[in-house]
Amino acid sequence: MVGNSPCASCKLLRRRCAKDCVFAPYFPPDDPHKFAIVHKVFGASNVSKMLQELPVHQRADAVSSLVYEANARTRDPVYGCVGAISYLQNQVSQLQMQLAVAQTEILCIQMQQEPAVPLPMPIMEPNDKSLFLSSNNFNSLPQYLGFASSSSSNVIPDPLKRESLWT
Amino acid sequence: MSRCAACKYLRRRCASDCIFSPYFPPNNPQRFACVHRIYGASNIGKMLQQLPIHRRAEAADCLYYEAQCRMKDPVYGCVGLITLLHQEIHDAQSQLAKAQAEIAFLNASSAQEEPPQQQQQQHPAIEPAKQGDPQYYVQQIEAILENGDGPSSLYGPSTATWFC
Repeated sequence: MVGNSPCASCKLLRRRCAKDCVFAPYFPPDDPHKFAIVHKVFGASNVSKMLQELPVHQRADAVSSLVYEANARTRDPVYGCVGAISYLQNQVSQLQMQLAVAQTEILCIQMQQEPAVPLPMPIMEPNDKSLFLSSNNFNSLPQYLGFASSSSSNVIPDPLKRESLWT
Repeated sequence: MSRCAACKYLRRRCASDCIFSPYFPPNNPQRFACVHRIYGASNIGKMLQQLPIHRRAEAADCLYYEAQCRMKDPVYGCVGLITLLHQEIHDAQSQLAKAQAEIAFLNASSAQEEPPQQQQQQHPAIEPAKQGDPQYYVQQIEAILENGDGPSSLYGPSTATWFC
């Protein structure tokens, strides 16, 4: 309970907000929508279990990510966050292709200008992250997903930048 | 008729019109257990019922994927992946900008070294190259240098959609 006012979750669930309410620190009464959307997608009981399984110092971030996912699922009831992931992965692939073309062009120009000078190796930074994402520890993304099929907006909010979604 | 994985898990009779059975077959009990743990059977059922039938399979797959991400990373779930991808995009854009600037610089240096007659001979009417062809970028940058535009002209309008 924040002060004397029940937290947003206890208000929505119409119950007494205990002093040690697990939701109270993360769902203040002045933002009822935040809990409402998380409850709609995950359910209060599941959220409570998830939070209780985490150390206290990680719960705020967990709530923020749950809110983000719930918002994504509400905006795109079919693909949710997976649509965003697919779109962003495609962006990464396109940029890497453009980068490879540009670096090849640099080599060509350098070869034309100074053919006798040994050329440095192209700066192709090992893309371990992309390899991680494409053959990651999770199951592969559903194969029929293409970025164009996502019904979400072209602008995928960065969880660290969009304050409206992140806390 | 075998019960679907959801009805087996929930220990109930599997009706002929069970909402779960097309998407949670009995040979994959872990799939339903995973989504049930994160979303709950009731929420999954509601979400599927609100969708047209032809979209439910995709939705079930995506829910399973997100549930797996959440189980692997209980704090960030699949949002951690999104953050990582944003960072990758940012890094790749920076590298691309540097590479394009270097191309412009090299071409400008090359143009300054050549005498004017040779430049005219080397640039007959060239058929515009297609995007993706290395020659496309050369032509873009040459056009920019001839017009005297600033560095912002190096980037196409599509880059506006890369940023939030």
